[in-house]
Amino acid sequence: MSDAKPSDLTKLTIAGARDMLSSGEISARELAQAHIAAVDAADPLNAYIVKTPEKALAMADAADARLKAGNAAPMTGIPIGVKDLFATEGVRTTACSHILSGFEPAYESTVTQNLWDAGAVMLGKLNMDEFAMGSSNETSHYGPVKNPWRATGSNSDYVPGGSSGGSVASVAGYAAMGATASDTGGSIRQPAAFTGTVGVKPTYGRCSRYGMVAFASSLDQAGPVTRTVRDSAIMLGAMAGYDPKDSTSVDRSVPDFEAALTGDIRGLKIGIPQEYHLAGMPVEIETLWHQGIDWLKAAGAEIVDINLPHTKYALPTYYIVAPAEASSNLARYDGVRYGLRDVPQGGGLADMYETTRGQGFGPEVKRRVMIGTYVLSAGYYDAYYLKAQKVRQLIADDFRRAYEKVDAILTPTAPSAAFAFGDKSDDPIAMYLNDVFTVPASLAGLPGSSVPAGLDADGLPLGLQILGRAWDEETVLKVSGVLEEAAGFTARPQDWWRA
Amino acid sequence: MSEIDRATVAKIARLARLKIDEDALEPMAGELTKILDWVEQLSEVDTDNIAPMSSPVDAKLRWRDDAVTDGNVRDKVLKNAPHDEYGFFAVPKVIE
Amino acid sequence: MSADVGSAYCIQGATGDWEVVLGLEVHAQVISRSKLFSGAATDFGAEPNTQVSLVDAAMPGMLPTINGECVVQAVRTGLALGAEINHYSVFDRKNYFYADLPQGYQISQFKHPVVGEGTILLDLGDGKTKEVGIERIHLEQDAGKSMHDQHPELTYVDLNRSGVALMEIVSRPDMRSPDEAGAYLTKLRTILRYIGTCDGNMEQGSMRADVNVSVRRPGDPLGTRCEIKNVNSIRFVRQAIEYEARRQVDIIEDGGTIDQETRLFDPNKGETRSMRSKEEAHDYRYFPDPDLLPLELDDAFVTAARDSLPELPDVKRTRFVESLGLSDYNAGVLVAEKESADYFEKLLAALAEKTGKSAEKLATKAANWVISDLFGTLNKMGKTVSDSPVTVDHGAELLALVEDGTISGRIAKDVFEVMVETGDAPARIVEDKGLRQVSDTGEIEAIIDGIIADNHGQVEQYRAGKTKVMGFFVGQVMKATGGKANPQVVNQLLKPKLDG
Repeated sequence: MSDAKPSDLTKLTIAGARDMLSSGEISARELAQAHIAAVDAADPLNAYIVKTPEKALAMADAADARLKAGNAAPMTGIPIGVKDLFATEGVRTTACSHILSGFEPAYESTVTQNLWDAGAVMLGKLNMDEFAMGSSNETSHYGPVKNPWRATGSNSDYVPGGSSGGSVASVAGYAAMGATASDTGGSIRQPAAFTGTVGVKPTYGRCSRYGMVAFASSLDQAGPVTRTVRDSAIMLGAMAGYDPKDSTSVDRSVPDFEAALTGDIRGLKIGIPQEYHLAGMPVEIETLWHQGIDWLKAAGAEIVDINLPHTKYALPTYYIVAPAEASSNLARYDGVRYGLRDVPQGGGLADMYETTRGQGFGPEVKRRVMIGTYVLSAGYYDAYYLKAQKVRQLIADDFRRAYEKVDAILTPTAPSAAFAFGDKSDDPIAMYLNDVFTVPASLAGLPGSSVPAGLDADGLPLGLQILGRAWDEETVLKVSGVLEEAAGFTARPQDWWRA
Repeated sequence: MSEIDRATVAKIARLARLKIDEDALEPMAGELTKILDWVEQLSEVDTDNIAPMSSPVDAKLRWRDDAVTDGNVRDKVLKNAPHDEYGFFAVPKVIE
Repeated sequence: MSADVGSAYCIQGATGDWEVVLGLEVHAQVISRSKLFSGAATDFGAEPNTQVSLVDAAMPGMLPTINGECVVQAVRTGLALGAEINHYSVFDRKNYFYADLPQGYQISQFKHPVVGEGTILLDLGDGKTKEVGIERIHLEQDAGKSMHDQHPELTYVDLNRSGVALMEIVSRPDMRSPDEAGAYLTKLRTILRYIGTCDGNMEQGSMRADVNVSVRRPGDPLGTRCEIKNVNSIRFVRQAIEYEARRQVDIIEDGGTIDQETRLFDPNKGETRSMRSKEEAHDYRYFPDPDLLPLELDDAFVTAARDSLPELPDVKRTRFVESLGLSDYNAGVLVAEKESADYFEKLLAALAEKTGKSAEKLATKAANWVISDLFGTLNKMGKTVSDSPVTVDHGAELLALVEDGTISGRIAKDVFEVMVETGDAPARIVEDKGLRQVSDTGEIEAIIDGIIADNHGQVEQYRAGKTKVMGFFVGQVMKATGGKANPQVVNQLLKPKLDG
């Protein structure tokens, strides 16, 4: 590998690059330069909305010094992209909303700070659905991200999934070795499935939410997107950790996630939830799921049918709880202290609020703020919000009971492969259904991953989801690793965007 | 049950401080009605004696010590202000 | 009416008498170094936006972390009011938009407050008391401050107060007169200051009252109430109630009905006025704050909070009367401020030590001196006991000098004046100015003999039965000794000589 050309460097895994960096075969600067070029080359994907090449080089030089001094961490010198949801000091952070136009935080999110402390190198900020509200990246103020994958023989563009569309597209498109992402109802796992990448949503409370622009506080959780399970284990290890600045961050030590990848799942009990067999789901997805079951069985796992009886209520519950929290979390965008301010001629404070928020939020955000405001308003709270909180408890109870019998759960990640732009953007509910398999675990706060496991008939990637017990990311990663190995997913998108 | 009309949309928009154009009220009413009809299926679920779940974290609130560890960062506080004067945020007057 | 001493107050309407029903919601700023959910300072009067963290300014992604001391303070307050402490409480978001409310919601407690029901005993004068129920106390954040009068088109916003911890102390509608409302605030303020959970400074806004006022015919069910927001002195609370009760009676007697609404008191005009325009769309959409977990307290915590409480004013007052034999009036004056009671108690202890006499024997003398001499002087000087120029020790020394006969009570007053002026120790003043009382019988006898020799006429009068002339002779002796002669000794010696 010593004669690797810069373009090849972008094809390395984090684990591979780490080894070459520590052996001195490559320098962090070289790696950064290769990626800076790749970031520019990936412009047609619209994955990056802010590029920070100078920062990347400075951080790479610091990483090289650290490597030389012999105190490098696993992420030292690894170039990554940052979802625009994470506040980055002095670097524009807008959550891809017009209402945060020009906002440059004077602070750093804990998750990114942890990564920088580990020596990671920042390439820029990644596109996403506005305030992480979306499943196709079509709600971003900066325009949609294109999926690097196209159907075989087609020149049409597909959505990358959402809300972490820029994260998955940059990683699948070799414009970052890994990317931070966030998952509220599936925003890491579904786009990972749509782009043939690995995405891990850890247990709620594992990664600090400090400095992460809030969508739905009781659901939001940061996690990595990478090209391999091992890379996710490495990156998650650097992101995670107890943070006194977040009251919902839990004081638990972070295990060595990479060490969990033993490949040995013999005797492990894997649950197959019967309620996830959806009527009308593409047969390829059912087939892939069965394939996954066979792979795990072959690796020595015991397959157990389980029931998660309240599954069908997870989406409606989510679409009450998340908008309710969002309607309150987004009240701070009022034009007073930062971001957009729009005052009509001669208008007062009240006019400023309504115009700023009317102009600053896109249609999907407005829709959710309206729903959230409605379900919390006088006379409706009990029927909607309180009811949803109770059903949420039942959904969590379903999982608790299931995990008395099994160690992990295997499901498809999403009910379809990536779809074309505009396919679902006119029908909110059809769009919401994308998250049918990811939302229940989000409501319960449980860890989960999506692993690329195959292609559909059009040559678009499909993912399988592994869910685990709270705080047991190790089992999730171990099973994911076995699945990855068995699937031998080597397909890669044609790099049409470099043309 | 959850028929949202124009007036309700206007009222909710006012509560949420969202300017919604007159001609957008009707379509918004339709969309919200559809979504609320869809979430309505929760009413099928028996939730008697079920405690509401507010957070997936099963722990009690941690406390901070009473010490001054923050503040004195006016530059950072005002850095992104659309309009500030004499160290204050400045906003259009409240019109009563 | 005599059974319920408070209900003497009524509004005389054209159609008869009306009773006023009052409940108070007091916002008391918790004494703590840092804010409820951030590490920024809470000091009053800082430069705008300097005591603001990025959390207080509600920057995107900022999260609240709770200050444990504020919880301790709320629980101590609850315990001081004999209230139930809720071992499980929840922080909710109260959603509304205002320029000085950066998050677009206030973190408060709605369904599950930290403190439940308690009581407070009002002192209504002449030994009359009345119990008022406390419904709840909850913790919440203060908002920032909007200044509307600095610029013709702009409002200026300062977030220094944003996030400062407040206790909202909610009473039951148990009060029936402006006097009772005043007594309630006075008593609450006294208790909060005793236990050090709020400085009670109404001018600086660290204690504000929302007053709920309704009127009814005696015996009728509760009428519709109006809430008068943010009244910032006890005097204004009384004025606001008087105005508002009269306004409501007039409306009802004219055939109108009362709208439940929020009103503001204008101290300049002495009126309340509707703030309906601001109220219009209020629907606070409370829900549990997902950034915070439930607040859980164990028994050990509550016990420790209880153990940290000082003796409370009611208990102290009873002790002063029952164990020290003070009059009810004196005890009431002394316990009204913790600093006064502390001064008195320290003085009494020091005096007992210096004289070897029991506190019980000395208490009334000490109380009288503290109340009339010391407080009288401090009042004139516009000072409080905390900045008294006369220290506890000097005060005790002065009273001890009187007690052991070194100086007379009259000389003590002169010495006290010097003490106030110079801050010097009384013993030293007595020595320096030679004010020691003369009790030497030989010396006094010689003076008496001289005076008797010089005043034959008066001696004759005395012997003729005009015994009042005795005063003349005492006066002469005192004059001759510069007031230092021990009056008892003078009397003892003078009488036999005059009697011949």
